[in-house]
This record gives sequence, C-alpha cells and structure tokens, in this order.
Amino acid sequence: MFDALSERLERVAGRLRSRGRITDADLDEALGEIRTALLDADVELGVARHFVEAIRERCSGEVLAKSLTPGQQVIKAVHEQLIDALGGETLRLTYASRPPTVVLLAGLQGSGKTTAAAKLALWWKQQGRNPLLVGADLQRPAAVEQLRVLGASAQVTVFSQPGDPVSTAVAGVDEARRLGRDICIIDTAGRLSIDDALMDEVRRISRRTEPHYTFLVIDAMTGQDAVATARAFHETLALDGVILSKLDSDARGGAALSVKEVVGRPIVFASTGEKLGDLDLFHPDRMADRILGMGDMLTLIEQAERTMDQEVVARSADKLMSGRFTLDDFLDQLHQVQKMGSLGGILRLMPGMSKEIRQAADQIDDKQVSRIEAIVRSMTPGERADPVVVDGSRRVRIARGSGTSTQEVNQLLKQFKEMQKMMRGMGSGALAGAPGGRLGRLAAARGLGGGSAEDSLAEMLGGRAGTAPKSEARPPVGGAKGRGGRNKKKGGRVTPPKGR
Amino acid sequence: MTAEHAPSAQPTAAPTQPVAQPTAAPTQPVAQPTAAPTQPSAQPTALRDRLGRTRGLFAPLRALGGRADRAAALAAAEDALLRADVGVDTTNALVAGLRQSQAGRDDADGVLGALGRQLVAILAENPDRSLRFDKEPGVVNVWLFVGVNGVGKTTTLGKLALAQRIGGHSVLLAAGDTFRAAAADQLALWAERAGTEIVRGAEGGDPSSVVFDAVQRARARGNDLVLADTAGRLHTKVNLVDELRKIRRVADREPGRVTEVLLVLDATTGQNALAQAREFTEAVGVTGVVLTKLDGTAKGGVVIAIERQLGLPVKLVGVGEGPEDMIAFDPESFVDALVGL
Repeated sequence: MFDALSERLERVAGRLRSRGRITDADLDEALGEIRTALLDADVELGVARHFVEAIRERCSGEVLAKSLTPGQQVIKAVHEQLIDALGGETLRLTYASRPPTVVLLAGLQGSGKTTAAAKLALWWKQQGRNPLLVGADLQRPAAVEQLRVLGASAQVTVFSQPGDPVSTAVAGVDEARRLGRDICIIDTAGRLSIDDALMDEVRRISRRTEPHYTFLVIDAMTGQDAVATARAFHETLALDGVILSKLDSDARGGAALSVKEVVGRPIVFASTGEKLGDLDLFHPDRMADRILGMGDMLTLIEQAERTMDQEVVARSADKLMSGRFTLDDFLDQLHQVQKMGSLGGILRLMPGMSKEIRQAADQIDDKQVSRIEAIVRSMTPGERADPVVVDGSRRVRIARGSGTSTQEVNQLLKQFKEMQKMMRGMGSGALAGAPGGRLGRLAAARGLGGGSAEDSLAEMLGGRAGTAPKSEARPPVGGAKGRGGRNKKKGGRVTPPKGR
Repeated sequence: MTAEHAPSAQPTAAPTQPVAQPTAAPTQPVAQPTAAPTQPSAQPTALRDRLGRTRGLFAPLRALGGRADRAAALAAAEDALLRADVGVDTTNALVAGLRQSQAGRDDADGVLGALGRQLVAILAENPDRSLRFDKEPGVVNVWLFVGVNGVGKTTTLGKLALAQRIGGHSVLLAAGDTFRAAAADQLALWAERAGTEIVRGAEGGDPSSVVFDAVQRARARGNDLVLADTAGRLHTKVNLVDELRKIRRVADREPGRVTEVLLVLDATTGQNALAQAREFTEAVGVTGVVLTKLDGTAKGGVVIAIERQLGLPVKLVGVGEGPEDMIAFDPESFVDALVGL
C-alpha cells in the first residue's frame, strides 16, 4: 500500500537532518512527496498543485532553517493547511420558520443517496426532529422499496407515488406539511453528471420544492472525477454542502478535499458505517489525519503543544545540546512527558517505533517514574547536577531516603550516565542500541525515530509563538484523561496567518 | 503490439479448474447481447463513441501537436494520466518509458502515439478476456459478482443475464444480496425482463444458502449457468469478506462450479480500486473485472494500474444504462478512447 505521507516526510527529514541546512531543493523534495501522497489519496491534480504551493508559502526557507526538525515542521504545515482547506466555514444547520425544512439529496448512481437519506432522517430524529422521507428515485428498480425498508427501521414515514419524480417530490413536501413534519428529505434518482435528461429532472425538482438545503452525496472512494461531478451538480443545483459516504472504507478520501476546493461548500456529514446510526457531522481534523495517513501522531503533537511547558522544554533542550543535562532536567522532562498521558500509551501513538521499543513500552510502569522521582529528590542539588560525586555512603543515604535499594540507585545512576553519553551522540539516530533497563527504556522512549524527543518537543513549542503560557498549561497528569483533548484543541490553538 | 502475449498473465489466484476456453458461442456473445446479429463489428466504435468525453483529458497534449518539445509533451501526458486516475506509480512508469523510447517523433504527436502503444502493451499482458464457462454436462456454472457498495453489481448481473440468455445459456439468478433493502426486488425486476428464474431468500438471511439453493434449483431445472449476486461490502470488513469466502465455497459444491468471480468496479473510483482488487482477489480469487459507469465523465484509468500491478483482466465494461450497454472490454478501443490514438 501507499506509504503514509508522514513516513515519507520522516525519511526526507532524516536526510535533511544530516545536512543541517535546508535548501530549496530539499524543500522541493519534501513538496514532491506531499504531491504524490495527495494524488495517491485521490486529491484532484489541480487541487493538489494548489495545495502544494500553499505549503511552500507556509514553509518559507527561514521557518525551516530555524527548525530543529524540519520534517515535523512540514508535516504540521500540511496538517494545518489540510484542516483549513477542509474546514473553513462550517454549515450551521438552521430550520425553516414555516416547516417543513426541505432537504434535497443528489448524487451519482451508487454514491449512497438512499442510505444517506435514511441516515439523515434518523440523525434528525435523534435531534428531536420529526422527518419525512420522500422517495423520488423512480429510476432505479426498487429504490423506493429500499427507502421504505430503511425508513421502517429508522421508524420514519416514507412517502412516494408512482409516476413523475417531480410531482412525487412536490406531493411529498405537501404530505410533510399535512402531517406536520418539520423536515422533509427528498431522495432523488442517481445519475451520471453528463446525463442531461436526469440533470434536468433534478433541477425541476429543486425548482418546484425550493429546498432549504441541497446536499451532494459523494463516495469517499471517488477519484479525480469528483471535481467534475461536484462542479456539474453545483452548477445545476447550487449546493449547500456535501455528504461524504463510505468513509468506513480504507480510502484516503482525497475527494473530500477536491470537492471542498472546487465547490467551496462545506462537507457537512460523513457516513462511517453500514448501520443507520453511522452518520456523523464532518470533522475536518480527522479527515486531514486520514488523507495524510498519520494516525495519531498529530494528536500527540497537539497534546505536546497543549501540555508541555515551553520554557522548561526549551531549557532542557538547551542543556542537552550543550551536554550539561542534569538529573533535575531529566526529572523535568519526565514530568513533561507524563503530562501527555501514560508513557506506554504515548509510545503506541508514535509512528515508526520499533517492535522492541513498543514491547519495552508495555513494561513501562508509571509508578517507575515515581520511584525515579523519589531517588532524585533524595539527592542534594550538587549530586543531581553532577552524579559522579555519589559514592557508596551517599548511595545508602539516597536509597534510605527514597525508600528504595542501593541497587536501584545504582541502576538509575548507571543508566543516566549512559543516557547522557547517548544524548550527546544523538542526531545520528543511534537509538536502536539504547541500553536496557528502566532508564534506558525511558530514554529510548523519548528519542522519536531519528532524533531526540527534546529537539522535537522544543521545536514544537519553541518554533511557534502563542503557545499557552505555563499558568494555562494545567493538563491532567497521566492516563486516559490526557487523551481526550482532540476536540478541545480548537480553542487553544493559535494558527499562524495563512499564506493564501 | 498485441501480437506477443505473455505466457500466462491469468491471475494465479484463479480459483477454478482452468476451464477449457470454449471457442464456440458461450463466451463471445456476451459482448454483443442484442445487437450481435445485425452489427457485429460495431463494438470498438461504440466504445470509442461512448467514451468520447473522456478524450478531453488528452486534448491539451493533442493540441500541442507537432509544435511542442518533448518535455512539454511529457508533462502534458503525465497530467492527463494522473487526471484519468491511472495513479502515480503507473503514471511514473509510463512517463519514464516515454522518456526512454526513442522511436517515433519527438513532438506531442509522437509522445501521444508512443503512450498509446505502451498502454496497449500493458493491457496485452492479459490476453484472455473471455468469460469462462465449463461445458461439462451436469455442471452448473456459477458466476459470482463481488464488489463494494454501489458499484452496480445487481445491474451488471441483470444485464448479463439478458445477454447470456440470448447467447444460448440457460440462466438462473441467485439473489445473494440479502443485506441491502430491496436488492432482491431489484434483481427480480431484471429476472422478469430477462425471462429467467430467480432464487431469493429472506431479507437478512444467509446468502450462502441462497446461492446453494440456486445451484440445486439450477440442476433440477437443467440451467447451466447461475449468476450470483452478493451484497456490496467494503473489502476492509473482515467478517463480510469471510462471509463472501463462504458463499464462494458453497457455490463450488457439486454440481456447482465457480467459473468466474467478477469484481465490479465503478469507473469513478480512484486509487482505492487497487486495494479493492487486491483484497477481493486474495479472499475469493477474482478472475476478472467489470468496469461500470464508463459513460460518465470518469475515465476508469485505474484499471490500467490494476492490469499492470495485479495482472487482473478487465472483461466487461458498462457504457450506458441499457442492457445492450454491457460490452466486452477491448483494450485497443479503450486506449483509443482514452488517449485518442
């Protein structure tokens, strides 16, 4: 299968790192990877080009040159650009002052209109509305029958009559009025966009029923043609929004981006399963992740941005670089990471983690962090700054003070020493040989792929203005609580000005 | 171009006995359902006419004509291929091939011609596009139609029923889509139109048993071909794909013999079609592709990638709503229609 874009960029980034400076050619290479990934995801060629240019503006050489992790920087730019492109203004559903609110569904054959109609009906019903379904697809054999069956399981009345689709639709709206329904969803015949007769039919239905909302149902697996389809329907019907169907497939769904760009109307709903309840309001951020194939990496970056204390991270990164990394700094770092959630959980979110590291992650117990903390806190400031001075009697004292054993103190010191060594040699991506043991595992945990956690994190925070100041950064410590923030990020995010 | 055929481009997964290719009636008439007797040679033109709209993609390249330099022509060719859903991988390979080929003229016309030849050569790797039919007495051939939701399986099956009956087969339909509401009703309408028997089960019932019953009934009635519909399912749904495996196993039980597993693909589908082809082939041994809805503006270029990367032959194309619009896939006219040789 296709490589996820994030992985491609990581590879490019790996090469960039070794060079230290980002040239235009390097950026071109990264942008080339982005273009390929977008096309693999079925983003329309013109839209993909436009998109890549927008990324180029966001990643001006200067921004990247300052960055310790240009790859991450580019990924972030792509992600933000995607969310902007997919989201923008969202459709706020309002309802007709004189019911019913008429909703017209149109789309190509097999895009999932009839199913979407029933799902919408159920969705509105769950919102406390009282919908009526109107079957005006008199073209496909048994389409009305399908709607009746689906309507029955959604417990929504279905209206249809044989004969002319236009008069059926009109009669359907009258029926909704008569029955006192506040929403009237009209399912129309699927068509090929070039079929003038059928396009004319849906145009006449639209004219006669004057829908408040006209939605285009489009298959998430659609290829380059999505643009032509959307354009044709938009010209005929003046769409208000798009419903993306079959999003439960493994399609990247680039069509969503194409359609949004071309029609300029928001994607309102996404259908995510075969059950009638599987219809959700559309989330641009999730779609962005999906097109990129990034999994939860972005959740992680966002979590880091939200929760980490910029100053602390920057200070430690600084020290790390200069090789003056102390046990205090180490503890700070542990706490920063801990804020994001459990260590094991964090590791599992990261792409590109080796199996060994994942297995090690399973063994990491958050209690171990407390024991490390106890040991470090039992040292004098001098000992923390320079652990070399810790001799036998000090070890006994520290072990007693922290309620641990001298072996554990020994282990920590030994591993810290190795970690210091390793951190100094970092940048060459030599993490595979991270020493075993508790601390080594933690150290390994912090080195993301080719670089250390420190530079990534510092980068993430230091690289942008407007990150929450310390006082606001009060995330829950540990566990699942820290993971629920995906939907909340809108509020706290500061997006750089758009270069469009 | 088509002269040299690769020894065996047939998918290795081809599940059934390598049925002796019936040279006689059964396979060929598929192509010319109703119109066969009167206008036997009308097909290639028909496909080209039908696909007329898709040719617009290569119009920019063609417009460059003899004036353009090679680089501009290659860039235009690349754009057109990508817009036709051919996909990045295959497009890159094709453009690399064009860059290397020294034959022909160096302008846009030359590039266009070379591209057409390359495309035909890719398609020629899969020489056998006939629908397989086992004439052994007592055997009930089963053609299984699989694919994701909304690609046009039921419609394809209905049209094919008509064509096969006209082609001299004794056809029975199995309404194996017990999931989609009213799918069986839709198929029943086709059965009526084609004048064939249909076996259907309860909605929500076990599709395997419907197919089993259909085979039994076919034997009892002396039908030699069962066209079995299945519910649309995403290739990512493990349990549904398992269900399909079971349907296939059951259909293969004596006297049934699965001689075709046809993957129905919507021409508007993008790169995900590759994943569909790969997954369904792995699960149930797809033997051929039916490309539907080619009468829209979509180009169906992803089949080039499917043929090239998976060696799966396209056997039929749907180019219109009428029953006569299900025609045999002809590589040259497809390429011709695509790039306008």
